[in-house]
Amino acid sequence: MEKFEKLTGIAAPMPLVNIDTDMIIPKQFLKTIKRSGLGVHAFDEMRYLDDGSENPEFVLNQPAYREASVIVAGDNFGCGSSREHAPWALADFGIKVVISTSFADIFYNNCFKNGMLPIVMPQDVVDVLMKDAEKGANARMTVDLENQVVTTSDGEEFAFEVDPFRKHCLLEGLDDIGLTMEKAGAIDTFESAAAQSRPWV
Amino acid sequence: MSGKTLYDKIWDAHVVQQDADGTCLLYIDRHLVHEVTSPQAFEGLRMTGRSVRAPQRTIAVPDHNVPTTLDREGGIENEESRIQVEALDKNAREFGVNYYPVSDVRQGIVHIVGPEQGWTLPGMTVVCGDSHTATHGAFGALAHGIGTSEVEHVLATQTLIQSKSKNMKVEITGQLAPGVTAKDITLSVIGHTGTGGGTGYVIEYCGEAIRSLSMEGRMTVCNMAIEGGARAGLIAPDETTFDYVKGRPHAPKGAQFEAALAWWKTLYSDDDAHWDKVVTIKGEDIAPVVTWGTSPEDVLAITDVVPAPESFTGGKVEAAKRALSYMGLEAGQKLTDIKIDTVFIGSCTNGRIEDLRAAAEILKGKKIKDGMRAMVVPGSGLVRAQAEEEGLAQIFIDAGFEWRLAGCSMCLAMNPDQLAPGERCAATSNRNFEGRQGKGGRTHLMSPAMAAAAAVTGHLTDVRDLMAAPAEA
Repeated sequence: MEKFEKLTGIAAPMPLVNIDTDMIIPKQFLKTIKRSGLGVHAFDEMRYLDDGSENPEFVLNQPAYREASVIVAGDNFGCGSSREHAPWALADFGIKVVISTSFADIFYNNCFKNGMLPIVMPQDVVDVLMKDAEKGANARMTVDLENQVVTTSDGEEFAFEVDPFRKHCLLEGLDDIGLTMEKAGAIDTFESAAAQSRPWV
Repeated sequence: MSGKTLYDKIWDAHVVQQDADGTCLLYIDRHLVHEVTSPQAFEGLRMTGRSVRAPQRTIAVPDHNVPTTLDREGGIENEESRIQVEALDKNAREFGVNYYPVSDVRQGIVHIVGPEQGWTLPGMTVVCGDSHTATHGAFGALAHGIGTSEVEHVLATQTLIQSKSKNMKVEITGQLAPGVTAKDITLSVIGHTGTGGGTGYVIEYCGEAIRSLSMEGRMTVCNMAIEGGARAGLIAPDETTFDYVKGRPHAPKGAQFEAALAWWKTLYSDDDAHWDKVVTIKGEDIAPVVTWGTSPEDVLAITDVVPAPESFTGGKVEAAKRALSYMGLEAGQKLTDIKIDTVFIGSCTNGRIEDLRAAAEILKGKKIKDGMRAMVVPGSGLVRAQAEEEGLAQIFIDAGFEWRLAGCSMCLAMNPDQLAPGERCAATSNRNFEGRQGKGGRTHLMSPAMAAAAAVTGHLTDVRDLMAAPAEA
C-alpha cells in the first residue's frame, strides 16, 4: 500500500450532508473486476450532465478544484453501501484526505486500506476548514499525519485524532493481511479451542 | 463490575488476540461472498500466492447482477455483469468454497440464502462485502459489512482487525397496531435517530414488539441497522430463533444441536449491562411510514405531508431542498397524493416469504392500477417455490404483477431492472439515495403491504384503508 505521511494540496468544499457511496460511485461502475481506473467516474451523477459533458456547477469540475487532493465534507460522509469502489474512485481521482464531522463506519475503514486518511473534526473546525477550502486553488491545506495536525492556508492549526494502529499502517504503507498472517499460530490455537467449545460452528 | 451485553458476549467469544491499544483480531465464523465486492479480493490472493484459509466457512452466491426474468438461463446479456458473475463462478470453484450458482434453486440474495440454509446461527460472527450483512443480526449473530480489502483479509486469515463499538439499546415497547410491520419499526427508528445516529455503535433491538416478530420480521429490522449508521444490529435469540434454525441444512443436528442450544440460551444482555446510548419507542406510536426524500432518515407517517426544508436545521436544510427538487415534490403536499409509476417488492430487506404473504393479503382479488409497472422479486429460489406452493404467486400474477426469479434486482439496479429518469417507485428495499434504482429514479421506501396498496391505488396509500374490516362480533 502507498504510504501517507504529509500532504499539501487543494481542498474542495462539499458541504452537503449524507454524501453516500452511491453518489461517490454509482452502481453501473461496480461491474469492474479491477481496483483501478474509477477516478473518471467519481461522483458521476453530479459531475456529468445527461449528454456526458461536465456539469460546470459541480465543485470538482471548477478550474480551482480539478487538482483537489482533500475534500472537506458535510456530516456522515460515505454512508450507505460498503463498496470499496468509493475510496478507490476518490483515490484514483487524486483525493487522499476527507475531512468531516462524521463518517460512516465501513467507508472510514475502507479509506485506511487504500492509503487514504479520513479525519473527524468537530463542527466548528469543519466550518473553518470549509471556509478555507472555499478560497480556491491558491489556498492550500496541509495535512500532517505524523504530528496529527491540519494547517489551513492562513497557518491556523487543528489537531486531530487517529487510531495508533491505523496511523502506523498508513505511515509505513503496511499490508495488514501480511501482518495478520504472522499471527497464524494464534489463529490456529483459537480454531482448535473453538472446535472443542463450539464444534457446531 | 457491570454485566455484559449480548454484543460483549459474542465479541469476547471471538477474540483471537488483543493488542495493548485495544485493537483485536476477531475470528470470523461465516464469510458470505457475492460477485460485486469479491473479484478484486480473490485476485489479491492469486497475486500473493495465498489461499482461502477456511473454504468450509465461506459461502458464495451471485445476486446483484443476475437477471430476474424467466429467460435468464440463456445467459447475461450485459458483458460486464456476465464477466463479474463468471469471475465468481471461477473463484468459488478454484478456491473450493461453498457455492450456489445461478442455476441452483437455492440461489438468491446472499442475506436470504445464508439464514435459509442454516449457515447463520446465534452467537456467530458473520461478515460479507455488503453493508446489509446486518440482516444476520436477527439471529443474535454479530454480522456486518466489510470492504473488499477486508474480504481479502478474511479469505486469507479468517479474521478481521477490529476495534470494539459502543453498545446502543433500541427498545420498542408494547405491541404494534394493525397494518404496522417490522419495516415500519426499522424505518421509524432511523427517522428518530438519523442516518448517523448509530455511528460507532452496535445496536441491540429489544422490547415486547421486537420479541413478537417472526424471524423474517427481525431480519427486516436488523437489515436496516446500517441505514442508521450502526456497525451491526442484534436481536437476542429465543425460542422463535431456535425453532427457525432447527432442521436447516447447515444447522447442527442431534446432540450437537442440544449443545449449541445450551450456549445459545446464554446469549442475552445481562440486566446490569452498561449501555452507552438508549432509545425507547412505543410500539403503539409507530404508524405505517414512507420515505419522502433521498435519505432513509426522511421518514414520515403516511398520514403526514411533505415537510418544508426550513423545518430542519444545519446542513439538513440544503439537503432537504435538494431532496425535494430531486424527488419532484412540494412542501405541504399530502403524502397520499403522490402518484406512483412502479412498485418493487423484494430485496434483502423484504424479499422473504412473510413479506410476500403480507403483500398478497392486500392484493387478493384486486388489480394493480392501469399503467402501473409492478414486480415481485423473491429473495431466493426457495422463497419463490414456497410462494408458488402457497398460491401467492398466482395472486400476484392475477393482480398484474410480474413474477420474477430471485436476485437483488431493482433494489440497486445493477441488473436490467431499473427506473427511468423521473420514474417514481414504491419500493420495499432499503435505500432511497439519488440514482439508487436508476439515474433520476425516485424511490419511496415502505413495507410490502404498503407497496401493494400503492400498486392498487396508483398513489402512496395508507394500507389500513385497504385492510379488510374486522368481522363484527
